[in-house]
Amino acid sequence: MTTTLDLELESGMSRAARLRRWARENPLLTFGVVSVGVIVVSALFAPWLAPFPGDAGSSTHPLSILGSPSWHHPFGTDQVGRDILSRVIYGARISPLIAVVVLFFATIVGVPLGLVAGYFGGVVDDVVMRVTDVFLAVPALLLALALASVLTPTIGSTILAIAVTWWPWYARLVRGEAASVRGRRYIESCHALGLPRWRILLRHVLPNSITPVLVQVSLDFGTVILTASALSFLGLGVQDPTPDWGLLVSEGQTYFTTNWWVVTFPGLAILLTALAFNILGDGLRDRLDPRHGILR
Amino acid sequence: MIRFVLRRTVLSLVVIAGVMVITFVITHVIPGDPAVNWAGPHASLAQIRQARISLGLNRPLWSQIGHYFWGIATGDWGTAIRTHRPVLNDLFGVVPASFELVGAALIIAAIVGVPLGVLSARWKGKAPDQLVRLFAVLGVSMPAFWLALIVQLIFAQHLHWLPTAGEYDPSFAYSHPVPSITGMPVVDGVLTGHWALAWSSFTHLILPAVVVASYPLGVVTRLVRAKVLETSEETHSQMMRSLGFSERAVLGRFALRLAWSPVVQVLALVLAYSLVNTFLVEAVFDWPGLGNYAAQSISALDVPAIAGVTLFVAMVYVVLNLLVDLGQAFFDPRVRLA
Repeated sequence: MTTTLDLELESGMSRAARLRRWARENPLLTFGVVSVGVIVVSALFAPWLAPFPGDAGSSTHPLSILGSPSWHHPFGTDQVGRDILSRVIYGARISPLIAVVVLFFATIVGVPLGLVAGYFGGVVDDVVMRVTDVFLAVPALLLALALASVLTPTIGSTILAIAVTWWPWYARLVRGEAASVRGRRYIESCHALGLPRWRILLRHVLPNSITPVLVQVSLDFGTVILTASALSFLGLGVQDPTPDWGLLVSEGQTYFTTNWWVVTFPGLAILLTALAFNILGDGLRDRLDPRHGILR
Repeated sequence: MIRFVLRRTVLSLVVIAGVMVITFVITHVIPGDPAVNWAGPHASLAQIRQARISLGLNRPLWSQIGHYFWGIATGDWGTAIRTHRPVLNDLFGVVPASFELVGAALIIAAIVGVPLGVLSARWKGKAPDQLVRLFAVLGVSMPAFWLALIVQLIFAQHLHWLPTAGEYDPSFAYSHPVPSITGMPVVDGVLTGHWALAWSSFTHLILPAVVVASYPLGVVTRLVRAKVLETSEETHSQMMRSLGFSERAVLGRFALRLAWSPVVQVLALVLAYSLVNTFLVEAVFDWPGLGNYAAQSISALDVPAIAGVTLFVAMVYVVLNLLVDLGQAFFDPRVRLA
């Protein structure tokens, strides 16, 4: 709660001091923001940050196979001698990117369908809702697994398999919002003014239905990364030499008992990424949308 | 009430039919030529043609889908390519072990998650709350396959506190006959008084159950926290406070009671999610359940088996959902009217 006294205090503080104070009061959120920053920087500047950029690909170093963490290789080396730190850094370009593309497709399919279903109602609404019922009735990971198992394992099929199972959540979400917005006074006034329906839909219904989607996208980021990693772990996602974190864990299993680092660091990267986005999503939801959605 | 039951049941059947359409597309439409897969890599053209006829692939699509639906309804879920056994038989063999695992995980989630949620709500914004919230968000962000490998390495292979893998000590299979009533060795051991088996399978169950519990634990903790906070601000809780009840009694005895129904509901829903998570965990612990079967079918690209597992888990999910809805409508008339 911000009182007048707080405001006066804050206006007297420097920007850095205010930032420090916010960080002290929101330790979880601070951690989330910093972690996401680290991930974005790793993804953007991987070639400059990675100590051995060549190791992100298919190079092999027979003399340094399965080396334990050292000054030279802080995360150790893998079964063909590649530097795991470099592969983990380059990994920030794989599953987070998959999540971005999946959520992009899920929203550009789900949001218009939900908008039309909620605003116009009728047959379109019934059809869209029955189709989404089916998808929402099954855990997303399960459907994505089943779909990915009949596609050739590439990054594109991973994206396709997850996006196909994800759009109905957005259609359902937007449909509910649009249906409630439809009955409001300002929409009725638009009708009375004789505005064309597509204009009402785009200029008035859409902006007023979109906030929960933003919250959901940020919350789903971590879940999509976990799903994509699970597909890779089961061998249904991207293939070697792509430095995907889930794939690194999967490949490391065989050597894990005697070489703990091959699995530990890539898995930590998945955990931290999912954690950071979940914390950010929670924070955003608390700000924008007091209603809670818990299950995916 | 009867109308409500009928409506919900019909809707559930429609959903299952929809899932069957999806599994049909996966098994019959997307794969290049299922007959080639079925006949194996060294089949002659005649064998492939034979397989095409015996799989019904020479018939039109609508006839195939009708045949597929009829098969599912009459218990013919196709034949697994990897085991060459009927998929439904395979499923009945592996499902009990997974229900044992998921059941144990949900018990852990409820026993640990509910008190943590109340604790967090009681100290909202303070250090205990921050810690519990971090713990809960860790639970829902955890890659289960990674956690499985890590706890196995630490607690089984380095500290030797718990067994590494399997459902019970393999020596039982030789020394004593292992009773099978429910197919869950912990339960069977207790039922038949075979305490050594019960203890052995209990110790084998701990690590995989803790790993599978991580996600439901996070969900339950956050839900209980949210519900307790929600009710503790309502007027009846304020009245309890003004009547002189301690904060502990207000939260523990009154607010928590209102949180039970959503917790049970969410546990039922999370069961199906946990069944899917076993796909990633059972293989690590060599647990002879549905997840191991699914993972092996996936690596063998055994499409009929994968579709069977998908359909089975979807049915479990839909049926549980239906039961929870009906149960709530039965106990809480507000649900029926909504």
